[in-house]
Amino acid sequence: MSGGKERILARIRAAVAGAPDVEITRVYRTTRDLPGAVELFAERVADYRAAVHVVAEAEATATITAALAGRGAVRVVIPAGLPPEWTPPEPVADDPPLSAAELDAVDGVITGCAVAIAETGTIVLDAGPGQGRRALTLVPDYHLCVVRADQIVADVPDAVGRLDPARPLTWISGPSATSDIELNRVEGVHGPRVLEVIVVR
Amino acid sequence: MSGNAAFLGMPAFPRNAAAAVQDSQLRFNLRKATRTIRGRRASVVAELPDWAELRAAGRQIKDHTLRNLDRYLLQLEEAVTAAGGHVHWAADAAEANRIVTGLVRATGETSVVKVKSMATQEIGLNEALGRAGVTAYETDLAELIVQLGDDWPSHILVPAIHRNRSEIREIFRAKMAAWGRPAPGELTDDPRALAEAARLHLRERFLSTKVAISGANFMIAETGTLVVLESEGNGRMCLTLPETLISVVGIEKLLPTWRDLEVFLQLLPRSSTGERMNPYTSTWTGAAEGQEFHLVLLDNGRTRVLADEVGRQALRCIRCSACLNVCPVYERAGGHAYGSVYPGPIGAILTPQLRGMASELDASLPYASSLCGACFDVCPVAIDIPEVLVHLRGKARHPRAERLGMRAAGWVFDRPARLAGAQRLAGRLRRFVPGRLPGPLAAWTDTRDLPDIPAESFRDWWNRTNGGTR
Amino acid sequence: MRVALFVTCVNDTLFPGTGQAVVTLLRRLGCDVDFPTAQTCCGQMHLNTGYLAEGRRLARHFADVFAGYDAVVVPSGSCAAMVREQYPKLARAASGGHGGHGGHETGGGPVPSGAAGGYEPRAGEPAPPAGESAEAGPRVYELSEFLLDVLGAEDVGAYFPHRVTYHPTCHSLRGLRLGDRPLRLLERVRGLELVPLPESEECCGFGGTFAVKNPAVSAAMCADKVRNIMDTGAEVVCATDNSCLMHIGGTLRRQRTGVRTMHLAEILAATEDPAGTAAAGAARGVAEDAATTAGEDGAVTRDDGAVTGEDGR
Repeated sequence: MSGGKERILARIRAAVAGAPDVEITRVYRTTRDLPGAVELFAERVADYRAAVHVVAEAEATATITAALAGRGAVRVVIPAGLPPEWTPPEPVADDPPLSAAELDAVDGVITGCAVAIAETGTIVLDAGPGQGRRALTLVPDYHLCVVRADQIVADVPDAVGRLDPARPLTWISGPSATSDIELNRVEGVHGPRVLEVIVVR
Repeated sequence: MSGNAAFLGMPAFPRNAAAAVQDSQLRFNLRKATRTIRGRRASVVAELPDWAELRAAGRQIKDHTLRNLDRYLLQLEEAVTAAGGHVHWAADAAEANRIVTGLVRATGETSVVKVKSMATQEIGLNEALGRAGVTAYETDLAELIVQLGDDWPSHILVPAIHRNRSEIREIFRAKMAAWGRPAPGELTDDPRALAEAARLHLRERFLSTKVAISGANFMIAETGTLVVLESEGNGRMCLTLPETLISVVGIEKLLPTWRDLEVFLQLLPRSSTGERMNPYTSTWTGAAEGQEFHLVLLDNGRTRVLADEVGRQALRCIRCSACLNVCPVYERAGGHAYGSVYPGPIGAILTPQLRGMASELDASLPYASSLCGACFDVCPVAIDIPEVLVHLRGKARHPRAERLGMRAAGWVFDRPARLAGAQRLAGRLRRFVPGRLPGPLAAWTDTRDLPDIPAESFRDWWNRTNGGTR
Repeated sequence: MRVALFVTCVNDTLFPGTGQAVVTLLRRLGCDVDFPTAQTCCGQMHLNTGYLAEGRRLARHFADVFAGYDAVVVPSGSCAAMVREQYPKLARAASGGHGGHGGHETGGGPVPSGAAGGYEPRAGEPAPPAGESAEAGPRVYELSEFLLDVLGAEDVGAYFPHRVTYHPTCHSLRGLRLGDRPLRLLERVRGLELVPLPESEECCGFGGTFAVKNPAVSAAMCADKVRNIMDTGAEVVCATDNSCLMHIGGTLRRQRTGVRTMHLAEILAATEDPAGTAAAGAARGVAEDAATTAGEDGAVTRDDGAVTGEDGR
């Protein structure tokens, strides 16, 4: 196996020998303040045909309860570390870890997130507290994600700068979708077919 | 189906394209699909005021990486290994297939789920696994359509772009049962219903398969992180649920630093699906959440491309397929005519470099373009595809008749007196030019009239009238 | 201003009326036009088809012929793009410049900075750095660039009472980035009704030797272009390249559509003064005979002035 390695490295060195290096100029937009980031985020999430609510902190619990009721979601998985005010009365805990089949049988999952991006309407999960392992937000058909307003950054560079690459990350922009049939966008294939986002100010 | 073996012995591009042009259903499907995505791309690219700057940075990052590829690959290997992953190096397709087959065998499993991956198609991995008694199940919707239909991919992003909804419905009804859960009895051709059928067909497979094989869109040397962008969630299923994950990735997919993602996560989704962001992007570093992780680094001709000073820019490619979607030739010829897993403009420069130009098909690919330049305009990493096409034309074998004609034309153009003589001769013979030309030039007069040859060339008029003054 | 005309081999041989129209037009605008008779071809056909040795020879010949001029005007977007965009790449390749600078950014305005000189270092000479060599020789302009950017003449005093649609050729659109220059010129032509061409930015399918090496795709592309042209109801389709127009026009004639092709220069040279029109090469018979020639295959002549209707076929 090391034969392949040495051969490839030798070929590379021969191929680029004497070639000049290239300087990287990063003059594109990077970290910035974005007034109205919450509103833009909500608008962009909605563009993906996900449900979005922007509420005051005091309304979070009621909004979550109403959202679950609206979906008829009774058996709802929660990750460890989800704030109690976001936790439904009789949650399904992932402890000990649920099998894939068990996850497939629940009505939905509630999580927080690590970062959210206004310009692209993206939420990023890093498997940290209140988010859980990646399968939790994948197998259940309904994902309710609570985003705190101070987690919303303006753009992709701001998000990349805040995230830890050592953690497994899942960037989510709307519900699962495909455009493989005549390039018609259809929401809902293998991932959660319904994504609902609650932004708490 | 995939893999190079499927394309062996295919005729040259012009013949394949001529057949495709006659297929009105194909033409209709391609036109509709490419125009839809073209419009979407244009509108989300226009949203970013700094697109040109991102594009410049994307090009520079890739060029810098390629220049220092040996160093960054070693850094990547170290980081992946430190994070509990295993790194393998494959100089060619056979070595890659051998490594992957061995890894799957070691698990004792006889089936694997796959995330859409160009690299594994390029090396014919599914066929290699099949020979070893392992069934590879494609899970991307379009790849599923291709696999069930015993077909070839015809587009980088949307491999079944040549199929319309009613064709897909027929494939699902006829073939799903042989591969697993049958299609619902009352299946309609509504894309929603078709997507639902795919969901049901693959669900149990995702939840129970123990080994997954993926490619990757990016690898980060600094951190050892791999990145996969997708839409459906099949990628997440494969990357997350199985106990063993094997990723086969071309060595050119490397980026030096984590920060570089801030550029490419803006360039790729907008160029590819025409979205601000694709539904799902997964990143993982080494053995994530206790998974067994193997990374197979694939050369398979890439270092040969790297050695070509003009052609190496093709290695910047991030497989967005924007060039396919704007290409008037691709739109009419379809992806299969290119005889490669890499169709369209990028395929026309990548395939002849990866495979060489020994076959008639591969030697014809650099000519599968009118050099209109639309591909270069949309390329998010500024690959000057027309430049590389022309460069490869200079290296291709030319037909004898064409060589003679070009040499003769060169001889005439070398001296103005020769040109003037040829023009006068043409002027004298102009009444006798046939409406249909013989030989290769018949290709012109089959559909087009010839222009009338003037009695007097411009230069003769200039000389006779002293520039029109007498 | 002393201006050299690079008429191009296609115009010289097949479309002399276009060259004559450029001469008429530039003189009318006060330019002293010279036609260096040693000129032949820019080498595009050879270079783009992969015949580098012949192409390089022709590129060097071009540079030698035009070395002494301030400005070179080219009635062809494609040939102007070859000289300005491709010659510097030849120079880089010849100087052994390493890759990595293959892609220049698009989106900038068209800056006619390309030049005929310094395209290739001669044996034994030090290679000029890419970019610098571009300033050594004369500036090369496509016709509409020269009229607008150098002469500042939007209204060139033309009269052409016809319904016209404009096809931006690929090399003028994406190579030279002419933008709306030709349209601005056409909009100021008296009597001219300009109708927009749907899907105008799509290639017509000519592509030089592509038209014969990939005839099926080429013809399919042109069929769509022709359909779009017919949808405009235009009498004339205009462009900055006679090579593309030869392809489009050949298809229009084969299909007996009655729609004619004209180079931009010929429309801009046409005036109300019949003498002026005749001097402009009679714009392929359009000015006098538009009504009668329409639809008659072969009745439109490209000779200088004489509408004969002859047809050898």
